[in-house]
Amino acid sequence: MHEPVMSFDHVSKHYRGGTVAVEDFHLDIADGEFVSIVGPSGCGKSTLLKLIMGLEPLTGGRIEYRAQARKESAMTGMVFQQPLLLPWNTVLDNVLVPSTLQGRAQRRRDEGRARELLDMLGLTDFAGSHPYELSGGMQQRVGIARALLHDPRILLMDEPFGALDAMTRDQLTLDLLEIWERDRKTVVFITHSISEAVLLSDRVVVMTPRPGRVGDVVDITLPRPRTLDVVSTAAFGEYTRRIRSVLDNAEVVTAP
Amino acid sequence: MTAPSPHSPPPGRTLTVRREAGDTVNRRRLSDLPGWLLSSTTVLILLTIWEVSVRTFDVSVILFPAPTRIVEALVEGFTQGPFLRHTWVTLQEIIYGFGIAVVAGLLVAVWVSSSRLAEKIVLPIVVVLQTVPKVALAPLFLVWFGFGIESKILTTALIAFFPILVNATLGFNSTSGDQVNMMRSFGATRLQILTRLRLPTAVPSIIAGLDVAVVLSVIGAIVAEFVGSQAGLGYLIIASNTSLDVATMFAALVVLSVIGLVLHYAVVLGGRRLAFWSEENRARSVAN
Ligand SMILES: Nc1ncnc2c1ncn2[C@@H]1O[C@H](COP(=O)(O)OP(=O)(O)OP(=O)(O)O)[C@@H](O)[C@H]1O
Ligand SMILES: [Mg+2]
Repeated sequence: MHEPVMSFDHVSKHYRGGTVAVEDFHLDIADGEFVSIVGPSGCGKSTLLKLIMGLEPLTGGRIEYRAQARKESAMTGMVFQQPLLLPWNTVLDNVLVPSTLQGRAQRRRDEGRARELLDMLGLTDFAGSHPYELSGGMQQRVGIARALLHDPRILLMDEPFGALDAMTRDQLTLDLLEIWERDRKTVVFITHSISEAVLLSDRVVVMTPRPGRVGDVVDITLPRPRTLDVVSTAAFGEYTRRIRSVLDNAEVVTAP
Repeated sequence: MTAPSPHSPPPGRTLTVRREAGDTVNRRRLSDLPGWLLSSTTVLILLTIWEVSVRTFDVSVILFPAPTRIVEALVEGFTQGPFLRHTWVTLQEIIYGFGIAVVAGLLVAVWVSSSRLAEKIVLPIVVVLQTVPKVALAPLFLVWFGFGIESKILTTALIAFFPILVNATLGFNSTSGDQVNMMRSFGATRLQILTRLRLPTAVPSIIAGLDVAVVLSVIGAIVAEFVGSQAGLGYLIIASNTSLDVATMFAALVVLSVIGLVLHYAVVLGGRRLAFWSEENRARSVAN
């Protein structure tokens, strides 16, 4: 592996009140790698992203990442489980939130790019609409466009499709694959869905139940570019089986 | 007794329901008419009954003047009498008092909701003060600030301050932690989170507070004038009461109601424009 762009060095996070969310988490991520993190609910996946973003302080270890960017907030783009749009803003203004925070001039400069992103995500006609006029899937697309606005090298996604129905979910997964194929960003993708993880990723990190550690790391060597057809191949089934068995075993081991 | 077998048909004949187009005649109902038409018609009918009864039973003008007498007093009061001057005085008291309450209420709300220390110190005090009947302080303000407009403005401001503070604080604190994290992940500063997230999120709540406060402002100004004043609609009511000019009293009441209504609708309509995105307002626009 090349020099990693993001490394977790024995990271731990103990919340006040005693919850040990993450313990001794160790992982290196290479540039342009698509890494998924799966694990049982409450094992500290969201916590991991909050630690990366500096939204919560670490209680042990070190996280380091580097990327070409104008400023720190433009290194990473974050997509959340909920769209988290500002209801009083139009779709275009929501995509431009990261620019607006840097002043009017930046906003003006980025408006063209925001419109391009909306085109790419099939939202051209909704630039002037408000979030409440959009379906859940469309709102999530706006959230993705917002995260892509500054063209960050690192994309962090916390169960971005978790709240969507199966069909919308498949569509957005394919869209994400296509976006990633274009410029191969480094992606940390959190999900509950094993097949989603296998379909998208170069590597799948399976976390143990709380406290979350790295249970197993599965390299996915399915050929790219991938389509939904890959789901029905034997190799795909083998990967999902393997990840599921790691998850199941981990649960048995830690059960009291 | 044997339990009925689940497969045996229930007793009775076979019934058939058939529905076809044009079955029910669309009867026009009174309740289909617009609300404003219905309520204003009702008011007109009540006024007519009032007018007719006062005339037929020859009720003394001192006890209960007919609506036409009140309108007369109103017109006369504005064209020849002192109504304009008194209305202007009261309006100033309401607007200045309300304005002070808005600024102070919002500032304290921002302060309380952005510092945990301030919240712990101030909120319990507010809760206690809220139960104090603020109008009871009007006589004290009279002693402190004199018979002029100042004591009325302060009484009004004090009364209107609390609903604004309480509702605005509630609004500022209703921002979800996820939204804050979203803004922070895109590099927002504390000030930006306040102005671009917490403040807009609080708007529907603030509007609700303003609506309560604006009605209380009218009450505050009048009560303060009752306590001691030389001008204003409250003064006019007391003065005409003493001279048994009940028609003028009613006329002043009408002016006060109009002021209250206009201010209330200004807040509500302005609020709907500002908070067009809130669930509550959208529910309303669907219902209309
Ligand atoms: N701010 C907090 N304070 C205290 N405990 C917290 C906090 N945030 C999360 N936790 C706890 O840390 C643990 C991990 O939470 P986290 O949200 O990271 O889980 P997760 O893996 O994302 O779960 P899910 O898959 O359900 O989203 C949970 O037990 C949770 O209760
Ligand atoms: Mg989570």
